[in-house]
Amino acid sequence: MTMNSLGRSRLRLPTVSVAALAAALVLAAPGPAASDGGEGAPDIAQVTTTFPRAVALGDVEHGRELWEFECAACHEMGRGAEDGIGPQLNRVFGRRAAAIADFPYSDSIIRMGRDGLTWTYRTLDAYIENPYALVSGTRMSYPGLEDADDRADLLAFIRLYSDQPADIPEAEPTARRVEVELPPEVLEIRGDREWGEYLASECTTCHQRDGAAAGIPSITHWPEDRFVVAMHAYREGLRPHSTMQNIARRLEDEDIAALAAYFATIDD
Amino acid sequence: MTIKRRTVLAGMAAGSAVLAAPAVMGAGRPKVVVIGGGSGGATAARYLARDSRGALDVTLVEPTRTYYTCYFSNLYLGGFWDLADLGHSYGTLAARHGINVVHDWAIGVDRDAQTVTLAGGDVLPYDRLVISPGIDFVEDSVPGWSVAAQNRMPHAYKAGSQTELLKAQVENMREGGVFAMVAPPNPYRCPPGPYERISMVAHVLTERNPTARILLVDPKENFSKQGLFEEGWARHYPGMIERIGPDFGGDNVSVDPEAMTVDIDGVVEEVDVCNVIPAQQAGRIAHLAGLTNDAGWAPVLPADMRSRMDDKVFVLGDASAQGDMPKSGFSANSQAKVAANTIRHELLDARLFPARYANTCWSLIATDDGVKVGATYEPTDEKIATVEGFISQTGEDAELRRQTFEESIGWYNGIVADMFT
Repeated sequence: MTMNSLGRSRLRLPTVSVAALAAALVLAAPGPAASDGGEGAPDIAQVTTTFPRAVALGDVEHGRELWEFECAACHEMGRGAEDGIGPQLNRVFGRRAAAIADFPYSDSIIRMGRDGLTWTYRTLDAYIENPYALVSGTRMSYPGLEDADDRADLLAFIRLYSDQPADIPEAEPTARRVEVELPPEVLEIRGDREWGEYLASECTTCHQRDGAAAGIPSITHWPEDRFVVAMHAYREGLRPHSTMQNIARRLEDEDIAALAAYFATIDD
Repeated sequence: MTIKRRTVLAGMAAGSAVLAAPAVMGAGRPKVVVIGGGSGGATAARYLARDSRGALDVTLVEPTRTYYTCYFSNLYLGGFWDLADLGHSYGTLAARHGINVVHDWAIGVDRDAQTVTLAGGDVLPYDRLVISPGIDFVEDSVPGWSVAAQNRMPHAYKAGSQTELLKAQVENMREGGVFAMVAPPNPYRCPPGPYERISMVAHVLTERNPTARILLVDPKENFSKQGLFEEGWARHYPGMIERIGPDFGGDNVSVDPEAMTVDIDGVVEEVDVCNVIPAQQAGRIAHLAGLTNDAGWAPVLPADMRSRMDDKVFVLGDASAQGDMPKSGFSANSQAKVAANTIRHELLDARLFPARYANTCWSLIATDDGVKVGATYEPTDEKIATVEGFISQTGEDAELRRQTFEESIGWYNGIVADMFT
């Protein structure tokens, strides 16, 4: 497998290769791929001694299948991986968003990278779940992977190509995210548009009502669900930006729904 | 489906508000007079007129036909912006929102009769009065300086011709000359303003006159964004800026505009350009209207910016004494929306919403090196109190600083659109 050869080329610890770790992860996960360790790999006891709290993120084999089906048309990973329609994803864990020089990223993700968005298990999980919820103007034309287990499997696979020993398996940036999923009742709050209009006056000091966007993005005419998820992501600290986090932290669920209702239908 | 249903319902709510307006108009429109066309006054007039959809008779009294924002005038000093970029007219407020824009000075308020008298002789009756007159200087706060000396030693703390004058003086200063600033004591308009100005002057001198010196005479122990400015000055303008704080006599200063000298605690310095930013108080009309306290500011209720002296009068922005919010254009804009909602509730029975206050101040230290500080605020019984704040960090990378600067331009365009369009 590609990941084995890649892993051997990037040994960081004398006794544990990424390939071995992958084996450990595969062995720990339920599924049929338990024999994927390869010859000469250290046995599982040795790995768990080095990383006593190792926990599989997901089913790596299933993740590889998802990668081929969901990602590989645009992204490359592994030895010799190059940027294509999307950037190559070797060592994406721990990488600052939009960090590859000369790749034609969207302005939106460039801005968030400067604000501090870094790819961790938590942020990648959110991004793969719904790219637009995390990075509104992203060019990644991908509808999102809804099933949380599927995302865990996919990220378990992608993580094999981010062989920073310090990151594996439980420390940031690869630690499991604390879930910030929105329960259906939050998404279904019907926004009080008049309250939203009043609250919006706090936004329009910076965000222009007519949608003009230079230096500060437009928030006019966003679909309500996208607006709601974005504001919750700021409130939870998932999206970077000190001003937006500050503003969002004092918004209640009803306030966010009200703002979404107003900005979706703003007419100036 | 959910989204579409919401959209339709929202549209219906807006429609009913439009239908309600003509009924009120038929009964004779309540009158609101707004004195001062800056960030507080222009925003208040615009929100009152726009949101009442013609049901209020809104008059905006402002002497100047072109308003120059104080914010970003330092960027003009630094050569990053043109003066024209700072200027805004009131044409759209009149044409689009039906505001009566009167270019005249308000010279008196009769609070019993509820009228405002203008220099031109007009008397404007009001049901509610909003005053947002900005600042005036405290006489003799810097001994030797008076407004009569502002051409020798400009304050440049109200944007326009004073800013032009100071820029010309900086650019034409003799080689190796001394630029001095006498910084103001608290409280004053735009807390980071003097220090952003120091940065911009240093930027100009580094390019045009690199052996020149900058003397910052400051009566305050500490100042806004101090760590960020001092880090930036050391990086971009090493050795150029000397700050004399109160521990070395920075709080005991007099000037001689004729001799072009600054006396700092008995030590007389000859200077080539001197920017005197005096101590400040509420704009004159707030005093004439009897709305100010012993400190010279107009105290207001934290919940809605209503004057503590008169429940028919609201005071916005720099002139008000409200608590923790800095005296800034952003604050005035934020306060104006709270007051406008309250006034529409009282005069038109519009829904009353609780106050939401916020502020962010951006500053430019050098080319593409922008920083910011901000906070959210809420009314308490005693004052407008800080909820939570944030500030740029020292050591941030250049790309983030450039983005913060670009964001500040985005904000500028946003707030002037929120005031004038």
